[in-house]
Amino acid sequence: MNQEVVKPEADKKEVGEVTTIYNEFETWTWTVNMGDKTIHAKRMPGFFRTFKDRAQLALWLPFFFLPYLRWNDKQAILFDIDHRQFHFFSLTVLPQDIWMLSLLLLVAAMTLFAVTSVASRVWCGYFCFQTAWTDWFTWIEEKIEGNPTARRKLDVAPWDFDKIKKKGLKHLSWALLALFTGISFSIWFVDAFDYWNMLIHFQLPMVGWVTLFAFFAGTYILAGLLREQTCIWLCPYARIQAVMNDSQTILPTYDYTRGEPRGKIRRGGEVVAPQGDCIDCFQCVQVCPTGVDIRNGQQLGCITCGLCIDACDSIMDKIEKPRGLIRYASLDELSGKPAKKMYQHPRTLVYIGIIVLALGGIVWGLTHLGSMTLKVMHERQPLYVSMSDGSIQNKYDFKLLNKTNKDFQVKVTAEGGIKDQVIIGAEHQPLIHHGRGTSFTIFVKAPGKHANKDTTPIQFRVESVEDPMVFAEYTSKFYAPKK
Amino acid sequence: MSDKHNAGDVPTTGHVWDDDLGDYINQPPKWWMLGLTASAIWCVVYFIYYPSIPLSNGGTWFKGVAGWTAINEMEADKSVVDEVRGKYEAKLKDMTPAAILADSELTEYVTRSGKVLFGDNCAACHGQNGVGTHDKQGLFAPILNDDDWLFGGKIDDIHTSIVGGRQGMMMAHKDMLSEAEIDTLANAVATGKPTSTPLFTDKGCVACHGADGKGIQAMGSANLTDSVWRFDGSVEGIKYTIKNGVNAGTPETRVAVMPAFQGAKLSDAEIKKLAVYVYKFGGGQADAPAAAQ
Repeated sequence: MNQEVVKPEADKKEVGEVTTIYNEFETWTWTVNMGDKTIHAKRMPGFFRTFKDRAQLALWLPFFFLPYLRWNDKQAILFDIDHRQFHFFSLTVLPQDIWMLSLLLLVAAMTLFAVTSVASRVWCGYFCFQTAWTDWFTWIEEKIEGNPTARRKLDVAPWDFDKIKKKGLKHLSWALLALFTGISFSIWFVDAFDYWNMLIHFQLPMVGWVTLFAFFAGTYILAGLLREQTCIWLCPYARIQAVMNDSQTILPTYDYTRGEPRGKIRRGGEVVAPQGDCIDCFQCVQVCPTGVDIRNGQQLGCITCGLCIDACDSIMDKIEKPRGLIRYASLDELSGKPAKKMYQHPRTLVYIGIIVLALGGIVWGLTHLGSMTLKVMHERQPLYVSMSDGSIQNKYDFKLLNKTNKDFQVKVTAEGGIKDQVIIGAEHQPLIHHGRGTSFTIFVKAPGKHANKDTTPIQFRVESVEDPMVFAEYTSKFYAPKK
Repeated sequence: MSDKHNAGDVPTTGHVWDDDLGDYINQPPKWWMLGLTASAIWCVVYFIYYPSIPLSNGGTWFKGVAGWTAINEMEADKSVVDEVRGKYEAKLKDMTPAAILADSELTEYVTRSGKVLFGDNCAACHGQNGVGTHDKQGLFAPILNDDDWLFGGKIDDIHTSIVGGRQGMMMAHKDMLSEAEIDTLANAVATGKPTSTPLFTDKGCVACHGADGKGIQAMGSANLTDSVWRFDGSVEGIKYTIKNGVNAGTPETRVAVMPAFQGAKLSDAEIKKLAVYVYKFGGGQADAPAAAQ
C-alpha cells in the first residue's frame, strides 16, 4: 500500500495546524455508522434543539396545511396537473410560462450553495425533510418506547406482550404520520377537499393511489427505518454541500487546541499530566442523530445540526468551564488565522449574484406574463397564391393562448405589410377560449402591383374586443413572387 | 482483503492469490437476495401473464392468461381516438357541407383531420395543400388555393366536383381557323382582353367562353380575362391550346380530367370533409349566407 508516500511540506503548511485533525487517513479509521446498528440519539434541550424544532415546523407545517387555504373559492396554491395550470392566489401560470420554475429551482439551488458556503449544511441540519421527519419519527419513538437506554434494551429484549405493544404502537403511529405525509403531498396537486372526498370513498384514480403509496412507503422507510443512512449513503446533497465548505465556512467544530488531551476528570486525584477541557463524556456522540463523533472534525456524516453544541455546553456548565468547546467556528478561526470579511468570500458572492439574476428573471417573467400569447405561422406550401384579379394572397395560422380567466372575442389588425392589403378570416371576431390554445386561419390579400419584394415584414396585432389592453403581437412576413 | 483493512472474523474461501489476496464469503445482504428472488418470481408471473413462447407445432404460441395482444392494445388506443372524433363524425353525417362550414368547431375539426384524406386522395394531382402539379405542358391539375374556379368555388360547387369528377372540354381548332386567326386570338387572350378582336365573336368562341370572355361556370369554360391560367398562359401556349383543344381526343390535346370520387373511392362524409377542407385553402367563395339548419 501507499504508506510510504511522503506528503510535500507545502501541502501540510497550507492548512496549518489543523491538518492532523482533518486528515482522516493518517490518524484514525472512519467511524461512520454503516447501518449495522440503530442510532438512538439522546434528546437534550438547548439553543440549537429549540432552533431546529422551530425551523422544522416553520418550514413544514405549511406543507401539511397550506393546501387547505382557499382563495376566491378555489385552492389558493394548486399545481393543477390535470388541467395543466398552476394557481397561486389570483395568479394563474400556464405551462408556457413554466420556464420560471427552472429559475425558481436555480434560486433554490444557489441559496443552498450560498448558505452552505457561509455556514455549512444549514439545510441538512435544520430544514431538510429527511432531518425533520426523522426527528419527528424518533420523537414518537421516544414517547412510546422511552429514552435511548430503554430503547436499546427493548431492541434486544425477547418478544413479549409489552414489546409487541410498544413496537406495534410505534409503527402504527409512524404509518399514520407517513400516510398523512402522502396525503399532504397529494393535495398540492389536486383540490384538497376533492381529494379527501375521493380518498374516503376509495375513488382515487390509479395515479393518485400510486402517489399516495409511494409517499407513504417512502416516508415510512426513509424516516422510520433508514434515517441517517439516507443522509450518509443516499443523499447527493451530502456530497455537494460538503465540498462547498472551505476554511472560511463556519460549522460545528470541536476546539482541538482547547480540548486535547482529553481525559476523564479524576475526582480528588492529583493531575498527572496536563489535561484539556474535553472530559471524554461522549455526550456529543450520544446526542448526534447521525452517530458521528464531532471531535474527529468535519466529516461526511455530520449534518451540522448543532445538537452536539447544546450537549457540550451543558457539560461545560456543569464542570464550570467556559462554553464553546464545540461551537460554530471556521477552520481559520480554529487555526488562529484572522477571520476574513464576508466580502472576501468570492464564492458566496458569485452564488448571490446568480440568485439575484434568477430572481430578476422570475420577477420579469411574472410581470410580463401578459394576458394572451400569439404565435403566427406563415403557410409554407404554398408561400403565396396568385389570385384571379392579380393580387397575392398569403395564409397564416394563428395560435392564441388566452391566459385570462374568461373567454373573449378578438379582432385582428396588422401593421406594415403591403399597401392596400386586406385581412380576411377574422371578420366574425373569433372566440378565444381561456386556459387553452385556440387557432384560426388568416389570409392577407394584397394587390400584386404593390407587392414588389419577395418578403415584407408584417406585424399582426390581436386584441380583445372588450379590452384593448388585452392584446398580443407577432411579426411575420408577407411573401410575394420574385420580380 | 488487504492487511490494512481487516474485516475481522469473516471467513474466506481459503484460496490465496499473490501471497495475501483472499476472498471473503460474505452473504449478500438480505434485501438484495429478496430482490433477486422477487425478480425471479416476477419473470415467471410475466411469462404466464403475457404471450411468451412459441410452441413446437408451428405457427402457434402460448397466448398468456391475460389474453393480451399488441393488436388489441392498438385497437383500444384507437377506440380512444375514435371516441374523441366520434362526436364530430356523428354530427357531420347529416349535415350539408355548407352547414359544416358555418360551424366553426366542425370546420376546425375538418381542417385538422382532412389533411390525411387530402394527402391520400387529392394531393397526387393537386399537390400537397392544393398547390397544383405541373407536367411538361404546364399545369397538370388546378391550383386549389386561389380564387379561380372553372366549375365554381362555392362550397356546394366544390362538393359537386368531388362527387362527380370533372372533364374539361374544348374543340381542337387547328382545322377550323387559319394560322393568322389563331395568332390574333391568342394575342388578344394573352393580354386578358379576348373581346378586343371581332374574331372572338365571329369564330364562335363566345359560345363557350361567354360574350364577355369570362367563361361559363356550368360548362367549366375558362375565364379568359383574369390572370390565372389553367394551361400555359404565354402566347405560344395559348395558340397550342386553341389548336389542339382540351380532351379533344387527339394525342396532342391538352388533358384535364378529374375522376368521380363518390362511391367506391370515398364515403359521403369524407367527400363533405374534403369539400370543406379544399374550401378552406383560401379560395373558397362565400355563398349567400348559408341557410342555417
